[in-house]
Amino acid sequence: MVHQILFIVFGLICVAGAINLLVQRHPINSALSLVVVMMALSLIYLLLGAEFVAAVQVIVYAGAIMVLFVFVIMLLNAGEEERSRGSRIALLVGVPGVIVMAGTVGWTLIYKSQHLGNVTIGSTDFGETHNVAHLLFSTFLLPFEITSVLILIAIMGAVVLGKREG
Amino acid sequence: MNITTFIIAAVIKIALVVFIMLTGVAYTTWLERKLVGRIQNRWGPTRVGPFGLLQPLADGVKFILKEDMVPDYVHKGLFILAPMLALVMSLISIAVIPFGENITIHGTTTALQITGITQSSGHPSDINIGLLIILGVTSIGVYGIALAGWSSNSKYSLLGSLRASAQMISYELALGLSLVGILLLSGTLSLRGIVNAQIQGDAWFGLSWLKYVPHWYIFPQFIAFFIYLMAAFAETNRIPFDMPEAETELVAGYHTEYSSMKFAMFFMAEYVNMFTVACLASLLFFGGWHGPMLSFLPDIAQSLLPILYFAAKVFFFIFLYIWIRGTLPRFRYDQLMAFGWKFLLPLAIANIIITSFIVAWRG
Repeated sequence: MVHQILFIVFGLICVAGAINLLVQRHPINSALSLVVVMMALSLIYLLLGAEFVAAVQVIVYAGAIMVLFVFVIMLLNAGEEERSRGSRIALLVGVPGVIVMAGTVGWTLIYKSQHLGNVTIGSTDFGETHNVAHLLFSTFLLPFEITSVLILIAIMGAVVLGKREG
Repeated sequence: MNITTFIIAAVIKIALVVFIMLTGVAYTTWLERKLVGRIQNRWGPTRVGPFGLLQPLADGVKFILKEDMVPDYVHKGLFILAPMLALVMSLISIAVIPFGENITIHGTTTALQITGITQSSGHPSDINIGLLIILGVTSIGVYGIALAGWSSNSKYSLLGSLRASAQMISYELALGLSLVGILLLSGTLSLRGIVNAQIQGDAWFGLSWLKYVPHWYIFPQFIAFFIYLMAAFAETNRIPFDMPEAETELVAGYHTEYSSMKFAMFFMAEYVNMFTVACLASLLFFGGWHGPMLSFLPDIAQSLLPILYFAAKVFFFIFLYIWIRGTLPRFRYDQLMAFGWKFLLPLAIANIIITSFIVAWRG
């Protein structure tokens, strides 16, 4: 029961942060709202028993990536945004897209939920560090290594681009 | 243990630890002024109380009574949030640090750790991602400094906070990587687990005359310890890496516009961070609360001995901090960055590779 209440609380915080991210006009406030979303997500992971993913979510996303976002906003000294009427393409493609997406997700959740995997809120032995590590280095070894090669290529690309500027 | 006793024990533990922590912080400032004074052939504070012992109290009263100014041109919400964020994030990490095994008072047994519980078997246990929580909380603490500089809306504050956050982000990498060797050897992320992994094993190299040398990770991981110590100095903005402040050369940095208790909160956050990295160094490299058993002492003294050992190790690191502050000059900013990225980081990666080869070879 406590777990359900906590799940709802963190879920609401997450959605509120996401809405605030869109509504705020100053980039730094938006970036900080995104940090709140990341933290709430990590607490939801913790409720699912995926403690390693929760900690990594905080360290990598909230702690490293978002700090760089804030850093760049501070360096560029970005001011408040001007409200514009928005583009017509966004209206023509975006609104139907959102409706289709929401419809698909809703339909899947209501009518096809028996085909989806089950997760218990408040379980403890689902995402332990040992289990995650074992899965990464046995079943998912190839995708894991390919991802790391991809990241390596991205780092090399960044170095090349940085050199050309200087 | 029923739920009421559990909550009462938890509240008492939290209150006690926070009280001891903040008193320790206050008296570390006194110790620092005294020791640096002695190193520079001065007396340090002597006027308030015997040996100047009431000086921290007087400082605290002064901070509270000073006018709490919020300049007109600042970004108000974030300006007030920033010092709170810095202090709260530094205080949270003390919650996962274990100080010893169990303690039994009036038939109630509880673990000497805020987030630790005593299992029905009588052994204490803690959360199994303790180390990651400390790393995560430290990385969130960077926001306090970054936002303080930006929201002050002053070029000195902004430059200071850019310097500070760039330094903290750079050295966080070396700090995190230096701990991987320990994790490879102990095979756990729980701080209690890491401490317990350091008391097992036979004598070193099978030599009987080495059997009194403890199995602390400082011996196999001395390179990691060196990296950790350097990165910890940089993370807590202490000399020789105190570029964020550099009060003798630059305008103070990210807290230029802060006054009164808000400034004191940054100050306290810095000292609490010192305590955290000192506790972590004692736990990871120096066997935490373990030390020689003195069986001739009475029972009550024996049960307090682990806490004493832990406090002594933490005190050693605090002393080292102050000692180095009184001894070394400051790095230049480009030297600081080059040291972090071109020396500490490759060294940390090399340490990880060598350690993993040895762990794999030993099976």
